[in-house]
Amino acid sequence: MLETLINIFHLIFSESFILTVVTASTPLLLASSGELMVERSGVLNLGVEGMMIVGAACGFAGAWLSGSILVGALSGIIAGAALSGMFGILTLGLAVNQVATGLALTIFGVGLSGLIGAKFVGEKIAPAAHLHLPMLTDLPGVGRILFGEDPFVYVSVALIIGIWLFLYRSRPGLVLRAVGDNHASAHALGYPVLRIRMLAVLFGGACAGLAGAYLPLAYTPFFIPGMTSGRGWIALALVVFASWRPGRLVIGAYLFGAVSILGLALQPLQLGIPQQVMNMLPYLATVVVLVLISRARGTAGSAAPASLGLVFVPDR
Amino acid sequence: MKKLNIIAVLAVLVLGVMTFGAVHAADKLKVGFIYVGPVGDLGYTYQHEVGRRALQKALNDKVETTYLENVPEGADAERAIEQLARAGNKLIFTTSFGFMDATVKVAAKYPNVFFEHATGFKRAKNLATYAARFYEGRYIQGQIAGKMTKSNIIGYIVSFPIPEVISGINATMLGAQSVNPNVKFKIIWVNSWFDPGKEADAAKALIDQGADILTQHTDSPAAMQIAEQRGIHAFGQSSDMIKFGPHAQLTADTDYWGNYYIDRAKLVLDGKWKSDDTWDGLDKGMVVMAPYTNMPDDVKAMAKKTEEAIRTHALHPFKCPIVDQNGKTVECKGGDRLDNGQILSMNWYVKGIDDKVPGQ
Repeated sequence: MLETLINIFHLIFSESFILTVVTASTPLLLASSGELMVERSGVLNLGVEGMMIVGAACGFAGAWLSGSILVGALSGIIAGAALSGMFGILTLGLAVNQVATGLALTIFGVGLSGLIGAKFVGEKIAPAAHLHLPMLTDLPGVGRILFGEDPFVYVSVALIIGIWLFLYRSRPGLVLRAVGDNHASAHALGYPVLRIRMLAVLFGGACAGLAGAYLPLAYTPFFIPGMTSGRGWIALALVVFASWRPGRLVIGAYLFGAVSILGLALQPLQLGIPQQVMNMLPYLATVVVLVLISRARGTAGSAAPASLGLVFVPDR
Repeated sequence: MKKLNIIAVLAVLVLGVMTFGAVHAADKLKVGFIYVGPVGDLGYTYQHEVGRRALQKALNDKVETTYLENVPEGADAERAIEQLARAGNKLIFTTSFGFMDATVKVAAKYPNVFFEHATGFKRAKNLATYAARFYEGRYIQGQIAGKMTKSNIIGYIVSFPIPEVISGINATMLGAQSVNPNVKFKIIWVNSWFDPGKEADAAKALIDQGADILTQHTDSPAAMQIAEQRGIHAFGQSSDMIKFGPHAQLTADTDYWGNYYIDRAKLVLDGKWKSDDTWDGLDKGMVVMAPYTNMPDDVKAMAKKTEEAIRTHALHPFKCPIVDQNGKTVECKGGDRLDNGQILSMNWYVKGIDDKVPGQ
C-alpha cells in the first residue's frame, strides 16, 4: 500500500508527467480563455470545437506550405477569427439565435476542416521547437518545466494574465463586462454594444484557432480530420466551471489536463480501479470542483454575465 | 461581392457534381460504401477506401462506386444506408461493427439489394458479413516485440474492450511468449478509436513506465510519432505508418479489402452472390504485413517464417493448449486450436497478462 502511494507520488511529481500535463492543458486553456472573453461580453458561442478544428487544419496547412511554425500559428488564428466573424455577422448583425448558430458553426467547421486538410493528411512537420535557455533550462527538476516548454505554452500563460488585467484593471475591460451584464444599460450610456461584442467574438475565434493550431503544430505534429476530439466542448465547459473567472480558468484547465493524464498513467500500475472510472476521473473532478465552488458562492460568487446568450437589437 | 462569387462557384460545383453523377449512372453496377470515419484517417476507414478504389480501378467499366464518410453509428446510419439503397446501389458495404442493426433493418426493407457488413455477426438472405483475422498479424508482432525488447515491458494502447481488441492483446502475448517468457504488458485504455492527443499522452506514460516497444489498437499515428521522438520501437496499426516513424516502425498489421470487394462485386455481376460469412487473414491477403524494418536480420527472418507458417495454416496463433490468466486451461473447440466462435467472443486474457479485462 505504502509502496503504491510512493509510486504514485513519484509518477505525479516526475518531470515527464508534468510536461505531458502542460501539453494536454495548453489547448484547453487557449480555447477557453478566448471563450471567456466572448461570454463576458454577453455572447455564447458554442462553435469552439468547429473553430478549433478549422484552426488545426489551416495551422497545419500554413506551417507545411511555409515551413514555419509561426506562419502556421498565424494561419490558425486568422482562420479561427474568420469563422467567428461569420458567427458574429449572423448573431450580432442579423440577431440570429446564438445557440443554434454556434452549433451550426461546429458542424460547418468539422466539414470545412476536412476539406482544407484533405491534401495534408499523411504529411508531417517538425513540431514547434522548445525553449532552451542556457543554465535555466538545464536546472534540475524544474528547469525544463519552467524554461523548456514550447512557445504556445508561454503564449497561453501571457494570454490569460493579459485577459485578467484587461477585465479587472482596465477601463475597456470594465465596459466589456458592463455590456455582458446589461446590454440595455450599456447601450443607454452610449457604448457601442454590438461593436464591442463583435471584437470579443473575433478575439475568441482567434484564440480557438490558435488552440486548434497547437494540436498539429506542437502536440501531435500531423493533421487528421477530427483531431480535436471534443476539446472545444471541454473548453466551453471549463468557462462555466471557472464561473467566468480567469484565475479559476487556469486551475480548471490544468486540473482537467492533470487528471486526464493521471487517469491514463495510473492504469498500468494496476491499482484495481476499473479503467472506466479512470477515464471518467477528469469529468468527475470537474463536477466535484464545480459543486464546491457553487457551495462557496456566498463569498466567492460566480461572475456569470447576466445578458449571456440574449439577443440585443439596438432600439433605434 | 467576393462572397457572392464564392457562393456562385460553390453552386456551380455542386450542380456539376450532381449532373456528372447522373450521366454516369447508366447500367453499371452501383456499389455503395458507408464509412464510420473520415477517408483521411490514415487508419481503418482509409484502408476501406483503398479497397473501394481498387474495386473501381479493377472493374472500371462495370461498376460505379460511391461512399458516405463520417457516418455515426446508430440511428443516423440507417438513414445513410437507406439513402444509398434508394440511390440505386445494388451492393452496399457497411464497414463498421456499430452499423450492424441498421444494416439488418435496411436489408429487410430492400430484398433486392445485397448488403455486406464488416466485423458483425448478423446475417440474412441478402446480408453477408466479412472480417479480417487481424490477430494473425499481432501474433507476428508479439514475436518481434519479444525478441526486440530489452526492458521486457511492451506498452499497449487500446480503445475499447471488445473481442477483436482482446484477441489482439492475447495473440500478441502468445507470440511474445513463444520467444521470450519474461515479457510483461502495460496496457492503457483510452476509450476512443481516435484521439491523437490522448494516444500520444498514453504513449508517453507507457514509455515513462519502462516500455521500450509500443503497440496500439487505436487508429492515429500519434503513438508512432512519440516512439520516433523518444527513440524506441513501435508497430503501426491498420495502415503502414512508416512515414511517422522511419526509425521506429518495426512493421504494421494492415488490412487490405480490395481483393474481397472485387470478388464480391464480380459475384453480383455474374448473378452468383449469396450471403456468406467471410473471415480471411494472411492467407487471402486480407491482412498484409508492412515491410519488416528497423530490426536485425535474424528477427526479420523469424518474422517472415512465422508469417509464412500462418499463411499456409501450418501455425495457428491460438493453437492449444492455451491457459487463461487464472491458470485454467481453455477448452479447445476447434480441435487443436480455438474455434472461430471462441476467438470472436473472446473476453478473457491469456496467462502472463497481469491486467484485468475491463468490466470482467
